[in-house]
Amino acid sequence: MNESLLRELVPAVIGVLVRRGAGFASAEDAVQEALIRALDTWPGDPPRDPKAWLVAAAWRKFLDAARAEASRRGRELAVETEPPAGPAPATDDTLRLYFLCAHPTLPQSSAVALTLRAVGGLTTRQIAAAYLVPEATMAQRISRAKRRIAGLPLDQPGDLGTVLRVLYLVFNEGYGGDVDLAAEAIRLTRQLAALTDEPEVAGLLALMLLHHARRASRTGPGGRLVPLAEQDRSRWDTRLIAEGVAILQAALARDRLGEYQAQAAIAALHADARSACETDWVQIVEWYDELLLLTGSPVVRLNRAVAVGEADGPRAGLAALAGVDPGLPRYAAVTAYLHERAGDLQLAAELYAEAARAATSVPERDHLTREAARARQLLAP
Amino acid sequence: MKYLILKHYRGGPAPVVDCGSMDKWTPEEVDAHVQFMRDFAARLEETGEFVEGQALSPEGAFVRYDGEGRPPVTDGPFAETKDLIAGWMVIDVDSWDRAVQLAGELSAAPGPGGEPIHEWLEVRPFLTEPPTVTE
Repeated sequence: MNESLLRELVPAVIGVLVRRGAGFASAEDAVQEALIRALDTWPGDPPRDPKAWLVAAAWRKFLDAARAEASRRGRELAVETEPPAGPAPATDDTLRLYFLCAHPTLPQSSAVALTLRAVGGLTTRQIAAAYLVPEATMAQRISRAKRRIAGLPLDQPGDLGTVLRVLYLVFNEGYGGDVDLAAEAIRLTRQLAALTDEPEVAGLLALMLLHHARRASRTGPGGRLVPLAEQDRSRWDTRLIAEGVAILQAALARDRLGEYQAQAAIAALHADARSACETDWVQIVEWYDELLLLTGSPVVRLNRAVAVGEADGPRAGLAALAGVDPGLPRYAAVTAYLHERAGDLQLAAELYAEAARAATSVPERDHLTREAARARQLLAP
Repeated sequence: MKYLILKHYRGGPAPVVDCGSMDKWTPEEVDAHVQFMRDFAARLEETGEFVEGQALSPEGAFVRYDGEGRPPVTDGPFAETKDLIAGWMVIDVDSWDRAVQLAGELSAAPGPGGEPIHEWLEVRPFLTEPPTVTE
């Protein structure tokens, strides 16, 4: 059985149940239960029509739950027979689910979990394993999120910005448990791009593909971090790069620039360079200027300083740091790099060590500790 | 984001309330304290923020390697003057502010007379996986 094919059916099946009169929360629960049964039984006994099987199984689960609820309340169940599904096409259902699951009133972690379950078709157990929390905690997080959005109409357009933010977060989370979250984020963004006509969706998809293309070269033995300049570019996935660049170019031609398109443009310029020294840093700085105009983000300002350092020299890079908040996580790492390039090894070594203490991940901390050690070794007579 | 809330038997800043050691409390006060901890964990599970919690015995020793073919060296019991961890709770929350808020609530666990003990708790962020998008 192809598990991803099964997962692709999930949002459409939720849509069918909702159009038959089930509320979103109970429809989603019923489909999750049917999904778990499918994962269990399909490998030995695959159905001829997977979608029909899933709809029938989920509808039965829904009726069981509704009956139990009705008898608990001492009431008769009104929905007994199988009403015909409404005329709305399934693609709209899926798009609405993206908006609902990433609703702006939801905390980010809840929106992520709900999107992965209702749109991504992952089980609670898989999501819990990917985020390293107990299954019971993840189940509660999801059911709270559903209570929070209960009563919201499913047929209203939502906030595309929060949907993209959720997908970006899933992509950035990387890999965990038996689920490849980066690949899952790409699948969901690809599906969203097919449902909408927004250049920013294409921009995010291009950004993901361009970063995913470098995945194999980003880590060395033992999970060691390999910086962009030192990556083995022959290991970059040229097919993904070509696809990302084509999607980006089509999006940029629409002339409605947004932050994901600008980020993708920077990633494309890196992907385009056959070696680190052939990187077109002048153009990258121009894109950072655009990105800064669009977001005003302090992190963008920090990354821009690195690009300026490459384009115009380390002194210019250090000057570009003026006004950037020194409390940012990678501030010390950036200053260390620029000072080393400017020839001040002593200061660079101290700053690398400081950066290691401020690192937010283990591979990053280890990398910066090695950089401090390397700078100190160069200093030694 | 995951955070560790660390509880100490001793060490850390000077206590603001002297509650004495728990064995000097009444059984009812001990029960109330333990129940508070259980309820707190249950509530966090309910909000989808609980990861795990454990308590540690004050017993134990420091252990280290002492060279090839030699048994490990132990150093214990722990000196009265040293910092001693009593247990921890791991939470998964949306922000540092939320972690601080929860630790503040946990520190209000009841002690003698049912009054909050104002215990100092240590809150520490976990190191995570590096993000996919870096530049």
